[in-house]
Amino acid sequence: MIAPENEQDLAEAVASAQGGLRIEGGGTRGLAGSAGEVLSLAALQGVDLYDPGAMTIVVRAGTPLAEVETVLARENQRLAFEPMDHRPLLGTAGEPTIGGVVAANVSGPRRIQAGACRDSLIGVRFVDGRGAVVKNGGRVMKNVTGYDLVKLMAGSHGTLGVLSEVSLKVLPRDACAASVSIRGLSDGRAVQAMAAALGSPHDVSGAAHLPSSDGAQATTMIRLEGFDTSIAHRSERICDLLAGFGEVAVESDPARVAAAWQSLRDVETFHGRPGDVWRISVKPSDAPALVDRLPALGVQYDWGGGLIWVLTSEGSDLRPKMADVAGHATLVRASPETRARIPTFHPEPAPLAAISAGLRAKFDPRAILNPGVMD
Amino acid sequence: MEMPPPDTAVIARKDDIVARLQAVLPKGAVISHPEETRAYECDALTAYRCPPLCAVLPASTEEVSAVLKICHEERVPVVPRGSGTSLSGGALPTADSVILGVARLNEVLETDCENRFIRVQAGRTNLSVTGEVEDQGFFYAPDPSSQLACAIAGNIGMNSGGAHCLKYGVTTNNLLGVTMVLMDGTVVELGGAHLDAPGLDLLGVICGSEGQLGVVTEATLRILPRPEGARPILMAFGSNEAAGECVSDIIRAGVLPVAIEFMDRPCIRATEAFAHAGYPDCEALLIVEVEGAPAEIDAQLGLIKQIARRHDPIELRESGSEEESARIWLGRKAAFGAMGRISDYMCLDGVIPVSALPEVLHRIGEMSEEFGLDVANVFHAGDGNLHPLILYDANKPGDLETCEALGAEILRLCVRAGGCLTGEHGVGVEKRDLMAAQFSPQDMEAQLRVKDVFDPAWLLNPAKVFPLDVTAPRRQAR
Repeated sequence: MIAPENEQDLAEAVASAQGGLRIEGGGTRGLAGSAGEVLSLAALQGVDLYDPGAMTIVVRAGTPLAEVETVLARENQRLAFEPMDHRPLLGTAGEPTIGGVVAANVSGPRRIQAGACRDSLIGVRFVDGRGAVVKNGGRVMKNVTGYDLVKLMAGSHGTLGVLSEVSLKVLPRDACAASVSIRGLSDGRAVQAMAAALGSPHDVSGAAHLPSSDGAQATTMIRLEGFDTSIAHRSERICDLLAGFGEVAVESDPARVAAAWQSLRDVETFHGRPGDVWRISVKPSDAPALVDRLPALGVQYDWGGGLIWVLTSEGSDLRPKMADVAGHATLVRASPETRARIPTFHPEPAPLAAISAGLRAKFDPRAILNPGVMD
Repeated sequence: MEMPPPDTAVIARKDDIVARLQAVLPKGAVISHPEETRAYECDALTAYRCPPLCAVLPASTEEVSAVLKICHEERVPVVPRGSGTSLSGGALPTADSVILGVARLNEVLETDCENRFIRVQAGRTNLSVTGEVEDQGFFYAPDPSSQLACAIAGNIGMNSGGAHCLKYGVTTNNLLGVTMVLMDGTVVELGGAHLDAPGLDLLGVICGSEGQLGVVTEATLRILPRPEGARPILMAFGSNEAAGECVSDIIRAGVLPVAIEFMDRPCIRATEAFAHAGYPDCEALLIVEVEGAPAEIDAQLGLIKQIARRHDPIELRESGSEEESARIWLGRKAAFGAMGRISDYMCLDGVIPVSALPEVLHRIGEMSEEFGLDVANVFHAGDGNLHPLILYDANKPGDLETCEALGAEILRLCVRAGGCLTGEHGVGVEKRDLMAAQFSPQDMEAQLRVKDVFDPAWLLNPAKVFPLDVTAPRRQAR
C-alpha cells in the first residue's frame, strides 16, 4: 500500500507507479473491479480553508466526511447534498472520506432540491495519470473560467485523476424539519402525490416512497426544512394538497424526522438482506411501470420516484427490462461472479463511450488509475 | 485584440464552400453576401469586429449535422452563435469561419410539469422558456440580464447565471440533458428527463465550454414551481465596506435570500438620473430579495433588518406592495442602460470570495484613480460575482487601451483575492490572454486535452478561451 502524506508525494507516487493503482479513501464504497496496489488517501487530511460567510469549504481529499460535517455544524452549516453512508448496505467498514464522496458523486434525498454532490463541488485539485497536479474551479460559487473539469471529476471514480483537494459550496443548516406522510398508496398514486408536492411552491427537500412489504403498509413521505413559522405554514399547505390521496400525518419531532430520512438515505430496508442491489435513475412517472416489470425482492423510491433502489436475487440483469425507458441503472452491490458478467455502470451509446474512453486515454494514458472500475 | 490570421486557402474556396452548404440547407439559410455577413461581425463585445466567411441558420439537428460535416471535411472553422449577446466576444468570427446561428432552432419540443422539465430547441430565448410554463406555475431559474434576447444555446455555452442564482444555481445546475452535434457531424444525446450521468459527467463539461466541444441543438431544462411570493428590501449604507460586511453577515446568519444585489455611489447616481427609481443618495446600497408566503417573508426580512442595523444603515426600505417591489428593482435593472447613456463602458465579470468584498472594492477604488478612469460597481454580492463597469471614451485615442489595462488589473486582483476571471460571461476573446493569471500550463493542458477528444481538428470556435500561443500548435496542426 502507498499512503502519500501530501499532494507532491501523491504526484510522485502516481508518476512512478509501475502498474495499476487501486485508489482508496475510506474504502467504504466498495469499488468494484479495481485491481492493483492500494493508493490510500487517508493521510491527506485537513480543512485548508473554511469561510462560513462565503459558504465555502476547502478540504483535503482524505479528510473523514464526519470531520467535515462536524466542522460545518459548528457554524450551523452543512453539505447540501446529504451523502449516504454505504457501509451498512455494502457491509464495508472504515471511515468515509470527502474525496470518496466526490469521486462517486454520492447524493442523497435532498438531491432533488439542493442538487447532487457535483452541484455543490466548486473546485478540485487532482493528480492525473501522468503524475501532473491539475487544479480546476476554485473556491467561489460562480466560475466559468475555462472548462468545468470540476463536474467531470465528480463521479469519475478516480479514473481521470486522484483527487487531492476539493472545494465545496455549503448551505445553512435548517432549524426545523417536518415529514408529511400518507399510508397505503400504490406506487403509481405515490408518484403522483410526490409530483403534486414537488410541483407546489413549498420547497420540498425530500420525496420518497416505501411500497408495502411483509404486511407493512406502504408509506409515502414528503420532507420540509426551514425555520419554525415556515415549516408550520408549509406542512399545513402540503397536507391540504395531499388530502385527496389519503389520510395525512405530520411528524415534526426533530430526532424522528432525521432518523426517518437517514434510514431512507441509507436504504435501511435492504440492510442485512441477501441479493444484488441496483440504483436506477428514470423520469419519475416512468418508475412505477418499470418496477412492475422488475423481479424485485425489495424496492424504495426516492427523488419523487426518479431514483429507484431495487433488491433482486443474485445475478439478475435488470437492464434488458429498461430497453424502452430512458435512464440508467447502476449495479451497487453484487458478487464478483455477477460483476464479471454484468457491468457496474450502464453502457453508453457508442459515440459517448468513445468520448469517455478518449478522455480516460488523455488523462491516464497508461490506464493505471482504478483500472476496470468504470469499464 | 489579436486573432489568428485567416486561412487564405479557405477564403479562396468560399464559393465552393457556400455552394456545398446551400445544397444541404433551405433557401435563405446561407448568408454569404458581404453586406449581409456584416450582421454577424460581432456580438455584444462591439469593440472587435470581423465579418465571417458566411453565416448559416439551420433549423434542425439534422441540418446542423450536415453543416458541420461539410465544414469538417473542408477544414473550415465554425463559430457557434446564440443570440449574439455575449459580452466576452464568444461569437466573434474570423474571416475564414462559418457562423452557425441557432436563431431558427426555436421550437418547444415537450413540456412536462409533472416531471418538472421542458425540452426546447437551443435557439429558444431564455425568457420564453419561462413564458412557456408560467401559466402552470413554473419558471426556468437562470435569469441573465439579457434574458429577453439571449438563447438557451448561448446560456449553455457560457454557463450563464443571473441575479437569482444564489438560491437556484446557474445553468449547469438546471440543465438535465442536451442533443449535441460533434464537429464531424455525429449527433449525441446526453442526459434527459432523468437525473445524473451513467458514466462520466460529460454534460457537466459541455456546459460552459463556449461552443468549443460541440453545437447544442436541443436542451432538457429543469423547471421549478414559482414561490408563493417574493419581496425585496433596499438597504442604504455609508460605505462599501459596511454594505460588504452586511452581505457576509446575512449569509453567515443562515438566511439564504434569492438575490443580494449591490450598487455603489457612481452607479446609483447614474441610475437615478436615468430611471428615477428614488434611490437614497448613499455610498452603497443592497437590494435583498426573499421568497415564500407572507409570514415567511416577514420573518426573513425581520432577521435581515436586524443584521443590517448592526452596520449603521442610512435607510432600510422594505417593499410593502408589488408596486414598491418594482420600484426597488427598477434602478438595478436599468443600471447597465443608465451607464451606457452617460459613457462608453466595459463590463467586467470577476468573482471574489464574499468575505473579500470590502478589501477588493477599496482596492478597485484606488486603481480607478491610478488609471484615471471612473469605475462603477453593480453586482451579485451574495455569490461574490462583481461587475465593475469601467467608464471610458471610445472616441478618445488610447482610452480603450487604458480601460482594458485597468480591467485586466482588476481581474488579476480578483484572482489574487481567491476568486476567478469570470463568473458568468465567459472567457471568449476578452479574457483569453489573462488565463495564465489563474491557471498553470498544466491546468490549461488538461482542458485542452478535453477539446482534443471532442474536436480533434480544433475547428470549433478555436481562437477563444485559451491564449493563442497556448493553442497555436493544435490549431496549426489542422
